[in-house]
Amino acid sequence: MTVEQGSAEPGVLLEIKDLKTHFFLHEGVVRAVDGVRLSVLEGKTLCVVGESGCGKSIMARSILRLIEKPGRIVEGELLWSRKKDSGAAGEPSTERSGQVVPRQDTVDLASLEAGSEELRSVRGAEIAMVFQEPMASLSPMYTVGNQISEAIRLHLPLSKEEAWQRGLELLEHVGIPRAARTMESYPFQLSGGMCQRVMIAIALSCRPRLLIADEPTTALDVTTQARIIDLLRDLQAETGMAMMFITHDLGVVAEAADEVVVMYLGTVVEQASVDDLFHDPQHPYTKALLRSIPKMGSGGRQTLATIRGQVPHPQNRPSGCPFHPRCDFAIPGLCDTVEPPLVQLGPRRVSRCVLHDPALLESHGVTQSPVKETA
Amino acid sequence: MSEGRTSRETDAQPLLRVEDLAMRFPVRRKGLFARRTGWVHAVNGVSIDVKPGEVLGLVGESGCGKTTLGRTIVRSLKPSEGHLYYHQTNGETTDLATLSSAQLRPLQRQIRVIFQDPFSSLNPRMTIRQIVGDPLKASGLASGSELEERVAAMLRRVGLSPGHMSRYPHAFSGGERQRVNIARALIMEPRLVIADEAVSALDVSVRAQVLNLLRDLQDEFDLTYLFISHDMSVVENICDRVAVMYLGKIVEVADTASLYADPQHPYTEALLSAVPKPDPRLRNAGRRIRLSDDFPDPANPPSGCFFHTRCRYSDQDSCVHQRPDLRRVEEGHLAACHYSEKLDLAPAVEPEPEPDSHFRTVSS
Repeated sequence: MTVEQGSAEPGVLLEIKDLKTHFFLHEGVVRAVDGVRLSVLEGKTLCVVGESGCGKSIMARSILRLIEKPGRIVEGELLWSRKKDSGAAGEPSTERSGQVVPRQDTVDLASLEAGSEELRSVRGAEIAMVFQEPMASLSPMYTVGNQISEAIRLHLPLSKEEAWQRGLELLEHVGIPRAARTMESYPFQLSGGMCQRVMIAIALSCRPRLLIADEPTTALDVTTQARIIDLLRDLQAETGMAMMFITHDLGVVAEAADEVVVMYLGTVVEQASVDDLFHDPQHPYTKALLRSIPKMGSGGRQTLATIRGQVPHPQNRPSGCPFHPRCDFAIPGLCDTVEPPLVQLGPRRVSRCVLHDPALLESHGVTQSPVKETA
Repeated sequence: MSEGRTSRETDAQPLLRVEDLAMRFPVRRKGLFARRTGWVHAVNGVSIDVKPGEVLGLVGESGCGKTTLGRTIVRSLKPSEGHLYYHQTNGETTDLATLSSAQLRPLQRQIRVIFQDPFSSLNPRMTIRQIVGDPLKASGLASGSELEERVAAMLRRVGLSPGHMSRYPHAFSGGERQRVNIARALIMEPRLVIADEAVSALDVSVRAQVLNLLRDLQDEFDLTYLFISHDMSVVENICDRVAVMYLGKIVEVADTASLYADPQHPYTEALLSAVPKPDPRLRNAGRRIRLSDDFPDPANPPSGCFFHTRCRYSDQDSCVHQRPDLRRVEEGHLAACHYSEKLDLAPAVEPEPEPDSHFRTVSS
């Protein structure tokens, strides 16, 4: 029962099909993103969760085509459904052999020329991104007002004064007190939380339909983190934009997500609604991750469940299922040889594990699924 | 392994008594004379006891002075004021705050630090053997094959292969580097270990391994930890007692269970409320308390209670004019708030909406 997803069903804003982004180094090829398949629904928040090195950030940067040499997208499609009223919608879409020509308003970002007009009209305007280090993402040489009005004028036909005014409104909107003064400040004069608000204001300046937030709260204090998550949720409710929220913090996932994708070594191992993921996890990696986080209110000094070993270096990628050396349910002779299938367990619910595939298990002489007993 | 360890007999005596400790940094104007225009009170009159054998947590937002307090205790900073009474193995008490660096040296073996960032805290040009063995060598405690053996034993104890001794830090992952850091701290057989955000930079699955390791090592070597962290869920997991810091002052100290179930300071309540709960069903459960972003300038702290500018319970009267003392609210529970007894503050987790939830049973 391998997944067969149809092309862009209604409500899908971005569909990633078998995306592979590899880095070609002297020491060999690093398969940072290796066959990612997922979709983002309009107006919903998709959290991408995984440990460092799982390829979540590279995947996000691939969407905006921000991958630099020696990396490149070697395979896959990034199907973005354009705004119906947008000017570029009339352009003919690229024909691909053996594929249904997508709807007129769907564009494959992976096929666009880097630096092309069309790509730049999507990047920043329709898809915006907020990065992890707010201090490092803003230029120290320009005032906040300079940077925000430059971003606005890049995409909207406004005069300098109008753009400044718009920037001021945006800063007020994201909850910055004394916005007029902040417009005149340099980033180093602001706190981390304030810088992240400025980044969010810049990202929102062109009313994107998708906001990609790469660890937007990781560098911030818990108290600030809570308020930034609240802010993003409020802004989403107000503008109806979709969000792709990349994080390693399962607590943040539980707070922010509608749907969750769990990544491990460049692949999606599980996709589920947030409630299913926390209350009915299917993939052994997801289960192990959930067990290894301390839960507040459960009392002190308890030994935490751990996942043995560590995330392998991407160059020493294990054969078969990349998680098998750390997996408690690994079946010798099967998991280390067979690439696990991506099994559809329900609508928008998948898990990449041999344990969900009885036929495959039987062919290797395993009769019952060991995963059930421990749930 | 630790002869002369007397913590069992001295249970009544704190291992370290911090008294009215203050650490000020001058704020200088630019220019030829660099005139001092004010002071930043990073640590502003802190008094706390560290009991032998306990894990004392120190939490607060960045800029609250928790790291400075840790650095003052190991005397990488000389405190501006106050005392650090350290209870020595021979029963004597010494004030670390007044010692010269030569006098300090033998005592600094007993107080070691584990730093936060496993990537920048290890010298990339030194092998693991050198990094871990250096403190022993520098203090002349071991050399040659004995040094080698002790390094190997320590590496084995923290879960690293002694065969990797001649590798350089770049060959190790974040979790392994943090194990190297732990080995380096413990090789001197310290009594007090200051773990400054020791697990904050680690991945979830590795963080659990390192937390478990720290706990095992504590039992084995009879260690006392000062565990500095901003992560309230990790702190609850490992600490026996927790001190909450705000703007250079301790605002609440209590046993972990008591602090999480019955906070007595509004700042603690807000910190607990801000922690994202790893269960989507609790998303809108409980009270949501959000602090404003305007953390006061430590060079120019507010009048009265330092927290009154962000406190939702501030009365605009005594809170603004009168500085609350850190006082006993309940047995073993100190808080610095005028209204601790009158406020009904929200605990870390409000009563469960669903006792039979699958998720909660997993951890047991």
